[in-house]
Amino acid sequence: MKEITIEIDGRRVTVPEGVTVFEAALKLGIEIPHLCYHPSLPFLGACRLCVVEIEGARGLPASCVTPVAAGMVVRTNTERVREARRTILDLLLANHPLDCLTCEKAGECRLQHYAYEYGVASSTWQGERKRLEPDESNPFFVRDQEKCILCGRCVRMCQDVQGRHAIDYVHRGFAVRVSTPYDVSLTETSCVFCGNCVTVCPVGALTPKMSRGRGRTWEYTKVRTVCPYCGVGCNVYLHVKDGRVIGASAAEGPAHEGLLCVKGHFGYEFIHRPDRLRVPLIRQGKSFREASWEEALSLVAGRLLETRKRYGASAVAALASAKCTNEENYLLQKVFRAVLGTNNVDHCARLCHASTVVGLAAAFGSGAMTNSIREIAEAELLLVTGSNTTETHPVIGTRIIRAKRAGARLIVADPRRIALAEEADLFLQLLPGSNVALFNGLAHVIVKEKLYDAQFIAERTEGFAELVEALEPYTPEYVEGITGVPAELIVRAARMYATARRAMILYSMGITQHTSGTDNVLAIANLAMLCGHVGREGTGVNPLRGQNNVQGACDLGALPNVLPGYQRVDDAEVRRKFEECWGAPVPTQPGLTVVEMMEAAARGQLRALYIMGENPMLSDPDINHVREALEKVEFLVVQDIFMTETACLADVVLPGACFAEKDGTFTNTERRVQRVHKAVDPPGEALPDWVILCRLAQKMGYPMSYDHPREILEEIRRLTPIYGGISWERLGTDGLQWPCRDADDPGTPYLHKDRFARGKGKFHPVKYRPPAELADEEYPLLLTTGRLLYQFHTGSMSRRSQGLEAMAPEPYIEINPRTAEVLGIGDGQLVEVASRRGSITLRARLTERVARQVVFVPFHYAEAAANVLTNSALDPRAKIPELKVCAVRVRPLGANGSDGGGS
Amino acid sequence: MSERNERCWESAEFRDLLRVHANQPESLIEVLQKTQDLLGYLPRPALEAIAQALRVPLAKVYGVATFYSQFHLQPRGKHVIRVCLGTACHVRGGEKILRRLSEVLGIAPGETTPDRKFTLQRVACLGACGLSPVMMVDEVTYGRLSPQRAVELVLKYAAADEQVAES
Ligand code: SF4
Ligand code: SF4
Ligand code: SF4
Ligand code: FES
Ligand code: FES
Repeated sequence: MKEITIEIDGRRVTVPEGVTVFEAALKLGIEIPHLCYHPSLPFLGACRLCVVEIEGARGLPASCVTPVAAGMVVRTNTERVREARRTILDLLLANHPLDCLTCEKAGECRLQHYAYEYGVASSTWQGERKRLEPDESNPFFVRDQEKCILCGRCVRMCQDVQGRHAIDYVHRGFAVRVSTPYDVSLTETSCVFCGNCVTVCPVGALTPKMSRGRGRTWEYTKVRTVCPYCGVGCNVYLHVKDGRVIGASAAEGPAHEGLLCVKGHFGYEFIHRPDRLRVPLIRQGKSFREASWEEALSLVAGRLLETRKRYGASAVAALASAKCTNEENYLLQKVFRAVLGTNNVDHCARLCHASTVVGLAAAFGSGAMTNSIREIAEAELLLVTGSNTTETHPVIGTRIIRAKRAGARLIVADPRRIALAEEADLFLQLLPGSNVALFNGLAHVIVKEKLYDAQFIAERTEGFAELVEALEPYTPEYVEGITGVPAELIVRAARMYATARRAMILYSMGITQHTSGTDNVLAIANLAMLCGHVGREGTGVNPLRGQNNVQGACDLGALPNVLPGYQRVDDAEVRRKFEECWGAPVPTQPGLTVVEMMEAAARGQLRALYIMGENPMLSDPDINHVREALEKVEFLVVQDIFMTETACLADVVLPGACFAEKDGTFTNTERRVQRVHKAVDPPGEALPDWVILCRLAQKMGYPMSYDHPREILEEIRRLTPIYGGISWERLGTDGLQWPCRDADDPGTPYLHKDRFARGKGKFHPVKYRPPAELADEEYPLLLTTGRLLYQFHTGSMSRRSQGLEAMAPEPYIEINPRTAEVLGIGDGQLVEVASRRGSITLRARLTERVARQVVFVPFHYAEAAANVLTNSALDPRAKIPELKVCAVRVRPLGANGSDGGGS
Repeated sequence: MSERNERCWESAEFRDLLRVHANQPESLIEVLQKTQDLLGYLPRPALEAIAQALRVPLAKVYGVATFYSQFHLQPRGKHVIRVCLGTACHVRGGEKILRRLSEVLGIAPGETTPDRKFTLQRVACLGACGLSPVMMVDEVTYGRLSPQRAVELVLKYAAADEQVAES
């Protein structure tokens, strides 16, 4: 691109053609006053505060919309310019209530800032002022129209970045303002309450509700940390005043580009909820009594050691936590392996991406996202499957929408007509559990039409011939019969995918949570390798990880068969390394997985279970069975921040610290290790989980102590090659993406460049096998489960955050209107949903999002827990249960839950 | 009124219009114009239907419809009465004229009579201050008014319409 040199305030600067004068000035460190300009938004040129003098130009051009031209001479701060700015500010103030004394934004308001800088106290204009009531109609933020300066930042954020376009300028002339159509509440629009409009508003026109009156910028400190909800790993600032978190705002970060979703922005209230656990509790009959740490930990240590002594190390087990830090997960597996001598360590990743870890490791040699989130923008084609991204990974969801609107093509394959399906070029509505057939069908077409990348296959893969043979039967017509997707769409999708230059597959639990989970993943990997769509920027296979630190918990060895960094426990060389560091033997036999633990417990073989920050009573399949198992366990310890459904069953409950109360690191879904910082103290006597684990180890006679998690990270670094270059200091604000092998390694944005982690990529021929349970006469519908935007996982955090709970307070079941008609069910009616394992009662929501033979229930709600219904049948290799498909029947009930009679 | 609104669907032409322009965000203004020609104004259900058919966010449709003065979101009467309340007219009793007309027509400024004959509006300066107080009926300006005279003029328009209707 052509470079252009111009002069600004007597200094020369060279920038690429097309850059604006404003940006060129920024490069020199000159910040021209501005209100409507924002670096992440399209330019508008509305406020004109950024005017400058340009030699030879007529008038005073607005620098933020004036491109540089060769030889330009610019002055940004002459008296003429300053006078113009004063007039603009004067006009703005004419229409602005001078409420700075009570305004939430005082201290960080740009208008206040410039009024001060330019000495404009109040307006000389005495015209009519707008009088408008503030809009308080949603739970998250207030729009004060009188303070709005019409800069349009919020409109552009909502329209161009967030892709919702819930608001716009309405009316004209003097009456113009920013609002929703007909001034309805945002709750009635397409708004998703990301609050990103609030982030960019330069004045006090948009302010968060929850922090109102609780302190302004000079009163609180901002602590940078990582969102505790999903795996995107957005960076947030927690606003801390007097030891309490009073607000949150977006921080810049490479993964999320400064955006947040409603949970990260407004879901922090759980931190200070009065029902946080504050002291250790010991069971006494049907209830609990408070205890000292000394007593509680002695009891736990004693019982764990005793159990091991009497029944062997295989009778104890631990569940690590995808919500805890890397350091804490590392310590948990260390304690159980080194001190108690068992590999029985697992965590909820088993329930979400175990099949990814197994499948992608087999095909590529590494089970993580191959690309970075920002590379979504580089792809020519995006294939999203089994992921309701806009609700489960909202910030990635918006990224996809933006890519699509910027010209990328989008194929969505999902049993439900999710929001992304509305944006898609092709929507393949397949039946739950028919993924292998679909992907084999796509691969079949690609092979038949010779659309594959022969060179890539020859140079970088093995097993192609076997694959071709196995694909033979999967003609589009045959696949249509299994999946319900029209043959013609299968052919079109295959061609689109194969002929794109850079294509990315994004998937989530709709792929993994099946008895065929590993096969689904392998089929996806086959498809990608067939077309050479892996190992390049903007091209690859990307499993989206659900929890904020599920990637980290896997990385740090909270898995029964591998030590930190996916180093196998059955490798003597690896064990020796850990044994040297830990000063204790590492058990050689792989341990039990989550669902196997529950089975062993039910059989009476697992006698002591230590659960750190997990809630299997809601998250695991077939809850009735889980309850039996947990009740059967002789000694159950739960370390958590709330009295969860699982903690209620415990013998000892240990109060842990939440994300805001400790230092450490989380690893997000794109393998980015990021620093988490302590903002406030834990409530009562609660302790950071890493401290609890150290004390517990000491109680069991194993010396283990650290002054700070950075020391634990240092130990991890020495033992874990993929984290080999990751130190607390190096992480800084942007973090590092593993593999990062030494202190000079900048980290790895995308994997498998030139060479797969396992050498050559391996094709695994896979056959379609139907789900473990299919619809039959008795249970004629297929149930699939999932998550909602406003809730998270088992709801421990989101249901304790008022705004989130207000938006999605109640469980429901989605039913196709035609199916409902046949069953005699009306919209909003109470229904009973039953499977072979149990039944729940909830309201029906009639919607075309689901096909006629499919129903959907979100799994967040204890009062109608979807996992009472689900099937714990396992994928044979990954041992992931089939949470995404089971057979159910639905029956209408009367208004008060009584039998409605209709059948 | 809302009952009437719902009836935009009874217009086959409106349905055709949406069908022709389905998935064409770029024809928004054209569709708004044609809809207004068909229905006389732009009722809410029509805007919602347009948003859906053209695949334009409702916020944008509403923003455009309220930006251009040619579009009306409220039904418009056959005659539009604009009473001036600019400084000169205000001083000379424009307010009284407006109040009187409002009483006689039984509607507040900004509204339209249920029989869709008159829309009453208040405006700021019609540029005929020398004749104040002033009002305009459709394109004709009337000056030096009294409330009584204004009412007589309006009634004349009503009578004229009736004669046309009868003949
Ligand atoms: S919260 Fe998000 S979706 Fe809602 S108006 Fe603001 S930017 Fe748009
Ligand atoms: S609400 Fe804020 S961001 Fe939106 S136009 Fe008004 S001042 Fe700008
Ligand atoms: S929940 Fe996920 S997308 Fe939302 S703010 Fe947190 S990390 Fe970002
Ligand atoms: S900042 Fe340039 S016109 Fe607003
Ligand atoms: S003030 Fe009424 S015409 Fe000017």
